[in-house]
Amino acid sequence: IFVVVTGMMIFVVWKFRRRGPADDEVEPAQIYGSTHIEMAWTVVPIIITFVLILVTSRTIGEIQNRVMPENALKIRVVGHQWWWEVHYKDYNIITANEIHVPRSDRTGPGERPTEIILESADVIHSFWVPQLAGKTDLIPNKRNRTWIEPFVTGTFFGNCAEYCGTQHANMLLRVIVQEPEDFERWAKQMQAPVQIPTEPLAAQGRKDFYANSCVTCHRIDGTTAEGVFGPDLTKLMTRQTIGAGVAPLNPETLRQWVRNPQSLKTGCLMPDMKLSENEVDAITAYLLTLK
Amino acid sequence: MTRIGNTNKMTAAPAQNLEWKLPSHRKVAVITLILTETALFSIFLVAYLFYMGKSLNQPYPSEILHFPVLATIALLSSSVTIVFSEMALHRGNKPMFYLWWAITIALGSYFLWFTAVEWHHLIFKENFTLATNVFGTTFYSLVGLHASHVIIGLILLSLVFVLGLLGKVGPEHAEHIEMISWYWHFVDAIWIVVATVVYIISIRY
Amino acid sequence: MNSESVDENYELPPPQKIGEERGSLTRIIQELVFTVDHKKLGMMYIGSGLLFFVVAGIMAVFIRIQLAVPRNHFVEPEVYNRLFTMHGTVMVFLVGMPMIFGFANYLVPLMIGARDMAFPRLNAFGFWVFFFSGLLLFFSYFGAPGLYAAGSAPDVGWFAYSPLTAKAFSRGHSTDYWTLSILLGGIGSIATSLNIIVTIFCMRCKGMILGRMPLFVWIFLVVAFLVIIALPPLSACQIMLILDRYFGAKFFDTQAGGSAVLWQHFFWIFGHPEVYILMVPGFGIASEVIPVFSRKPIFGYPVMVAATVMIGFISLGVWAHHMFSIGMTSIGNTFFAISTLLVAIPTGIKIFNWIGTMYGGKLRFELPMLFCLAFLFQFLIAGLTGVMLAIAPFDWQLTDSYFVVAHFHYVLIGGLLYTLFAGIYYWYPKALGKMPNFKLGLWHFILFTIGFQMTFVPQHFSGFLGMPRRIYTYDAGRGWELWNMISSIGVIFQIAGVLFFVVNLIYSYVKGKKAGDDPWDAWTLEWATTSPPPHYNFETLPEIRSRRPLWDLKHPDDPDWKYE
Ligand code: HEA
Ligand code: HEA
Ligand code: HEC
Ligand code: CUA
Ligand SMILES: [Cu+2]
Repeated sequence: IFVVVTGMMIFVVWKFRRRGPADDEVEPAQIYGSTHIEMAWTVVPIIITFVLILVTSRTIGEIQNRVMPENALKIRVVGHQWWWEVHYKDYNIITANEIHVPRSDRTGPGERPTEIILESADVIHSFWVPQLAGKTDLIPNKRNRTWIEPFVTGTFFGNCAEYCGTQHANMLLRVIVQEPEDFERWAKQMQAPVQIPTEPLAAQGRKDFYANSCVTCHRIDGTTAEGVFGPDLTKLMTRQTIGAGVAPLNPETLRQWVRNPQSLKTGCLMPDMKLSENEVDAITAYLLTLK
Repeated sequence: MTRIGNTNKMTAAPAQNLEWKLPSHRKVAVITLILTETALFSIFLVAYLFYMGKSLNQPYPSEILHFPVLATIALLSSSVTIVFSEMALHRGNKPMFYLWWAITIALGSYFLWFTAVEWHHLIFKENFTLATNVFGTTFYSLVGLHASHVIIGLILLSLVFVLGLLGKVGPEHAEHIEMISWYWHFVDAIWIVVATVVYIISIRY
Repeated sequence: MNSESVDENYELPPPQKIGEERGSLTRIIQELVFTVDHKKLGMMYIGSGLLFFVVAGIMAVFIRIQLAVPRNHFVEPEVYNRLFTMHGTVMVFLVGMPMIFGFANYLVPLMIGARDMAFPRLNAFGFWVFFFSGLLLFFSYFGAPGLYAAGSAPDVGWFAYSPLTAKAFSRGHSTDYWTLSILLGGIGSIATSLNIIVTIFCMRCKGMILGRMPLFVWIFLVVAFLVIIALPPLSACQIMLILDRYFGAKFFDTQAGGSAVLWQHFFWIFGHPEVYILMVPGFGIASEVIPVFSRKPIFGYPVMVAATVMIGFISLGVWAHHMFSIGMTSIGNTFFAISTLLVAIPTGIKIFNWIGTMYGGKLRFELPMLFCLAFLFQFLIAGLTGVMLAIAPFDWQLTDSYFVVAHFHYVLIGGLLYTLFAGIYYWYPKALGKMPNFKLGLWHFILFTIGFQMTFVPQHFSGFLGMPRRIYTYDAGRGWELWNMISSIGVIFQIAGVLFFVVNLIYSYVKGKKAGDDPWDAWTLEWATTSPPPHYNFETLPEIRSRRPLWDLKHPDDPDWKYE
């Protein structure tokens, strides 16, 4: 369409440009319109539009009304300002910001798409992993649903795609597609109970963690830390990034985060806890054992 | 010079003595105003309908709303009396005009008074306010929007009445008066819709 | 308010010398503040629109600087969020709206041969309400510090989705300034549109039946009706928001069973017609400029009118195409995809009719025409990206990405802004009596076009590559760096272009050639009076017998009315 219409335009403009001042005296033929031509250029767009409509309706139906097979992996994602809470109900796993899913086959026993239920705890967010699926919003007080079915393994980047406040830009998401066996192995690791650290610094850190108010916001499975305002830290060190993707997760960034999260992610909802340097070291050491 | 086109028929020059009549400013303005007000009301109506039955806590419409029979009769009949009033004006019967006009004002005021009493009851006896639940929010905003229009209407009506008594209303104002009555009819018509939605449909929830 | 304006309709006030209006600065200010003259108000609308344009443009420059390279630290995230919110809000409500109302104010009465708007004082009221709403919005920069000093200017995006605007998520008063300003601006727009409608229906000069009005006037009739119907939803949802924020109402309170989606519906019921309210006047300008500079009457006048009305109607029923990703039922999605696609038909008709008008004409490449040609080209691209977005499955992928940003800048700049430039150059001689300088204008055209394409073509690609909008920064390595860099460089050309424009406006006023009454050899009534027109607009009016009264005057041997 673009080519045709542009071609027409260039043609007309070129052909009928003014040919010097001598031309000016005569006015060109005065044409008011033509029913036939009008009809023609009304009907053609109507036909194009009609075709577009058919294709669109079919695709919408195919995508939205797809019936999930029995064995589909079901996960629930809850959006928070500015991170993602991820639940694997069937596996009893809670994690954040990084979603592991098994690779699926197009047909046959290996076919295993992932169904994702989307909710929000505060404002509207939107789930978008460009290479895997279009957007679906996470809306408070409303439950949405989408699905993905990756056929190749790898790490896919996603973002929150609905403006949700200060750190909307750093509400990143990763989908890690693994071979089914690897996925099961990962699930096993996530389910294993956390070890209580024996190394003195980490043990001290564990005390400090509970002595400070970290527990009011964070949850660590099997302990008294049951906060739900911040991400689950049970298996923190299995993740690749910290702060929903602001930085790669490693001892340095973790330490910086514990010392003052605002220095890594300005405006994020975890306050600067004003810990002493010793406490910071200890808590970091403790958090490093969470895997 | 060539001319091409489907309209290429030789028409006679348009009549020179063509009568040039344009619609009245005020009528067009008031119709437009009513149109835009209708759009405003529809949004609040939609909000009310949308939240019907969605309140999470009491009270619900069925528990506290009662159809305001007298007030509705008063408001609707005021639409009739204003027509009588206008008819009187057309006949040049000034006293009758003022009488019917005053009755219209009285009926409108009764309606407003009733709303005030209803709200007073709801707020102080039932503890039901704008912030109680989504029902309260939509109820007060919708009925309140209507009531505010009744107030505007009453102010206009009284203005005419007072100015009239001061002898400032002459025959040249007939159209002003007609416009005010249009507006008043509009306020009434809206009430029919609002009352149906609020006191009849939503009372089932 | 209205009785005088009716009576004085056809009676000439004493002629007044234009020179007398010049005076000391206080006199001028007094004039501006108290004037009810539609021409002065029109120019004031356009002037303040341009002022706000430069301000919002400078905000855009900051945005582009921040995004030029990944992980840039030019501005803080909060500041960035305020920048794009203010940029969007100002551009739509304080640039687009006043500019189109300015044109309507100045030209509608002239084109239909009236002495002023129907309600001159209401007109002045509309302007001042708009102006005050602008000041209120900008005052938020000083007046709204709140908790964490998180106040300052609004930072909720130009469509301010709930519940981000609720007290819990938007502390301080910045959102209050935003909503009050929009509410106020809405009232001004409704008042002005009411005025336009009444003017068009009730103040046409003798012989100007509806079917002979210039397309420009027809278009403003449709636009004014759209405003009348579409703005109340906006006002309504601002009222709801205010009730929520101040009185604890629960409209958008999701904790109390309120819905977060309701705001979106109400906003876009306004929002989509709004984009046509902005664009259709641009069509109006093009429909005046293209015929005059092709030396031919507009092709298919009745069809153009019908298409405009169709666009108006359809646009009221397509709003949820901004909401394809909220999880509507497949039926809902299909419905809104279809209704949106239908709009392509009347719009296409218009494009073809403009091309048809040029076909067989003698094109004169004056400034207005150049901008209109670029408009045709750019609007075509914009429309086609719009159609792509209307296809819901496509939109799931592209919504809220830079592809959408590219789409709407193509319509708003490539469409609206270009026609506004065309309009300003076209009517500049009428309003100020001087010809705009061609050379400066050409530079403006070239630089701005290069800059515009450079800025917004790459955004289509970064959108395809998955770059979401409204992010203050991004990581390297996802293929977006190059496109963002080009995009930011393009802005330099745009700045240069705009500077040429501003210089041209001033230079031509001081040094420009005198323009006669009718420098473009045009055909509509505004060119029948002096430039600038006197206070009372017309000394005498020709009897209108066709759509091109001045053609009839200039070609008495071959008048139009024989053929219509
Ligand atoms: C001037 C304003 C303007 C105009 C005129 C348009 C015109 C159109 N717009 Fe656009 N739009 C915006 C301003 C505008 N838009 C803005 C500001 C936003 C973003 C808001 C925000 O989120 O911040 C937006 C967003 C937007 C979206 C939502 C994207 C999203 O957020 O997910 C969609 C989706 O359907 C859309 C579609 C369209 C369509 C189909 C048209 C049509 O009118 C285009 C019709 C024109 C043509 C099609 C070209 C000519 C036709 C032919 C040559 C005929 C042949 C063609 C065919 C048969 C296809 N627009
Ligand atoms: C009419 C509408 C309009 C116009 C004209 C523009 C013009 C521009 N816009 Fe804007 N834009 C919007 C409407 C508009 N925009 C809207 C509605 C949004 C959405 C907001 C939201 O998401 O909420 C948006 C968002 C938006 C974004 C996305 C932000 C984000 O999502 O994170 C970007 C990014 O590149 C951008 C850039 C630009 C640029 C570079 C221009 C340029 O064309 C600007 C050109 C103008 C200038 C460059 C001014 C230059 C003049 C001078 C510099 C003079 C010198 C000064 C003195 C001598 C004092 N705009
Ligand atoms: C007021 C609530 C609150 C308190 C108290 C709090 N946090 Fe957090 N924490 C959060 C929030 C919210 C996030 C998510 C921030 C984001 O990504 O935007 C977070 C994120 C984190 C993360 C990164 C998790 C990830 O996967 O990215 C770590 C680690 C962390 N907190 C550790 C701590 C420690 C240690 C303490 C105590 C010293 C603590 N938090 C106290 C709210 C809190
Ligand atoms: Cu969450 Cu944007
Ligand atoms: Cu739209």
